[in-house]
Amino acid sequence: MHNKIEQLTQEAKKGRLSRRDFMRHAAAIGLAAPLATSLLGQSAFAAEAPKKGGHLIAALTGGSSTDSLDPALSASNVPFNILRTWGETLVDISPEGEAIPWLAESWESSNGATTWTFTIRKGITFHNGKTMDNNDVAKTLQRHSGEDTKSGALGIMRDIKSITTQGSDKVVVELTGGNADLPYLMSDYHLVIQPNGGFDAPAAGVGTGPYQVKVNEPGIRHVGEKYAGYWRDSVGHADTVEIRVMNDQTARMAALQSGSVHFVNRVAPKTAKLLGRLPNVDIVNAKGRGHYPFLMHADTAPFDNNELRLALKYAIDREDLVKRILKGYGTVGNDNPINAAYDLFNEDIEQRAYDPDKAAFHYKKSGHSGPIVLRSSEAAFSGAVDAALLFSQHAAKAGIEVKVQKEPADGYWSNVWNKQPFCASYWGGRNTQDQMFSVAYKSTADWNDTKWQRPEFDSLLAKARTETNRDNRKEIYTDMSMMVRDEGGAIIPMFNDFVDAKSDKVGGYISDPSAELSNGFALIRCWLS
Amino acid sequence: MAVDNNSLSTLVVKRLALGLLLLLAISVLIFAGTELLPGDVAQSILGQSATPEAVANLRAEMGLDRPALTRYFSWLFGIVQGDLGTSLSSGRDIRTMIGDRLGNTLFLASSAAIISVPLAIFLGMVAVHYRDGIVDKMISITTIATISLPEFFIGYLLILFLAVNWNLLPSSSIVYSDMSFLERLTAIAIPCITLTFVVLAHMMRMTRAAILNVMNSAYIETAELKGLSPFKIIFHHALPNAISPIITVVVLNLAYLVVGVIVVEIIFVYPGMGQLLVDHVTNRDVPVVQAVGLIFAAIYILLNMFADIMSIIANPRLRHPK
Repeated sequence: MHNKIEQLTQEAKKGRLSRRDFMRHAAAIGLAAPLATSLLGQSAFAAEAPKKGGHLIAALTGGSSTDSLDPALSASNVPFNILRTWGETLVDISPEGEAIPWLAESWESSNGATTWTFTIRKGITFHNGKTMDNNDVAKTLQRHSGEDTKSGALGIMRDIKSITTQGSDKVVVELTGGNADLPYLMSDYHLVIQPNGGFDAPAAGVGTGPYQVKVNEPGIRHVGEKYAGYWRDSVGHADTVEIRVMNDQTARMAALQSGSVHFVNRVAPKTAKLLGRLPNVDIVNAKGRGHYPFLMHADTAPFDNNELRLALKYAIDREDLVKRILKGYGTVGNDNPINAAYDLFNEDIEQRAYDPDKAAFHYKKSGHSGPIVLRSSEAAFSGAVDAALLFSQHAAKAGIEVKVQKEPADGYWSNVWNKQPFCASYWGGRNTQDQMFSVAYKSTADWNDTKWQRPEFDSLLAKARTETNRDNRKEIYTDMSMMVRDEGGAIIPMFNDFVDAKSDKVGGYISDPSAELSNGFALIRCWLS
Repeated sequence: MAVDNNSLSTLVVKRLALGLLLLLAISVLIFAGTELLPGDVAQSILGQSATPEAVANLRAEMGLDRPALTRYFSWLFGIVQGDLGTSLSSGRDIRTMIGDRLGNTLFLASSAAIISVPLAIFLGMVAVHYRDGIVDKMISITTIATISLPEFFIGYLLILFLAVNWNLLPSSSIVYSDMSFLERLTAIAIPCITLTFVVLAHMMRMTRAAILNVMNSAYIETAELKGLSPFKIIFHHALPNAISPIITVVVLNLAYLVVGVIVVEIIFVYPGMGQLLVDHVTNRDVPVVQAVGLIFAAIYILLNMFADIMSIIANPRLRHPK
């Protein structure tokens, strides 16, 4: 047991376990709560008081000279991480997955969750000195939901009927139908509150966050300087923060190894173990909601036959993929996009396992014969082509011929994904089950990339949305997950961890399942020790 | 000698005119090539998370719905007036965007050239002096080895030893405006060494071969009989007569240093033209790709023209073709 405790505290120290996970694991090995808390205090979380000052540097992939500071256009890693340093949203998601107040002090709903009233925090100023008020908030939400918007958040804003201000500090959001998850939607990272909603200067980089944009050289580097008027003390410890764009994997790792940067994102699972052995480097991975699916179009032959879909689902060896492609930095998937990182996840859903006999049984029943073409590319995820080839070998044991066709990475998202009937893909996951299902599994969703249409599913989705009783919601979501698992068009063999790395000189790292690098907050949550 | 058709200035003017014509032809090729790229900028800006409405809105705003011919001529017309247009994806002015990047690329290229050209010619002369001896063999083996290894491999090896293991130099070469000259030189040290390795062999071998070619001439024998020292003979008598093929190869390598360093810029995260080009090809930001392509072509043509003219100056016989 002693070893186990040691291991747990080490894990917690390295930021791989959240406080809640630590307590849960401690309870599981029979450690009394007060003792666990004191261990926690000594070793990991409370031990170090934040240190102020210094210059924190992150070397990140996913940046380009075409990046804009306009939050609406933010779509890749670097713009996301920059946004987190200078901008703030109404609602935040805690590392435990709850919606918690940020620029909104509180919120309440009425009319079966169709009317939402947000109370805006007072006394917060933008970097340009202007006081942030409910008008800025309403304008921001309007900019992201207007007819002619280019915002990446448009998908989640579509059910909004009107956005109005009320009194001096309230914003009222009217929905076309009830949605108990609206606060979660407001935590979308695009929805950074800007002066006058960003209508005047969308890409100015002026927000309410702890750092104001000092250098903005897209594709090269971005520097933020501590904003003197920042409103809270819990984040923003360094004097300046810098993001250097390093899309080359080796360049990132070399920069971290040589000590010239403090964080890197996207460590390849292949090299993570080696990198983690270095004395000055810690691998920080978080079990996220991102997953690597193989997508079948349920409306296109031969995938319009559920027997064939089931055959393929049984014909994939998930454990093997997690072991070989993710090198253990991930978990097996169960053919539905929901995993333990989601609130209201049901752990009792039976895990589908590799079963060539069952696969052969369903394959025979489907009446299909001949090769099935699976398109794959490194653009889908790192190792996607290898994963497809492994899948092909697994399926061969069940007598199913899966032919892998390698596609160029360039243009994969516009030419192959959502166009070809069977291809490898990547989903980043969403904050709530409702969002994940709405964005990719609802019959009418823009990115219904499995072309699966099931009216019962859609009506359950709508029902869960207005249901405020948690147990009832969990039951509905369980039914929906089962539908997708047993009938849907996605084969989801694995969920990938976010694998990042940090220097051992950095303190205060918090593991967060929402996104990479502590949900993009690494630069503002951490300090140099 | 009232009108001399072969005078140097007429020659330069002729070459310039030809170069411009060539550039025009290249502009057509570049435009056609970028038209053939699959996908469009609106799709790539919004990425996987693009809704059809958002794509349509963005396309209309960028004027991508006009016919290709109209877009070509308005582009060409703009360039003639010195206007390279604005980037589709970031909305920034392409000329200012390219300005800094071109400066960076030229800085790296010229630093590498300042080291590699004299070094290559010097090594070539040393190789001639000790021809077929151990020194000659060693020079050839080393330089051919470095040119045979892919540049990213050399780059990574240098990063491993110079940056990670010994911590002598920075592993990445991000440069920015408020850096001092010395900081800049430190930042580009490793890519500069990498590039030197890559271009050294070609120039060295050509110097060696060209000088060896003239070493059998009668005037070299005369010089030897006069009692001149071997290095003096190579430097004063052989080199000037062998210079024109050397110039051609040197300039070819200079052109490579400017337009061919994409891989090196990517692995060293150096903010030059190569990285700019790669970023914008990925994003289908066509105006930037076109502008960069055209500038690369212009540099290439200009350098080659320069090589021709220099060769002609160095070799008066070429001025009077039979």
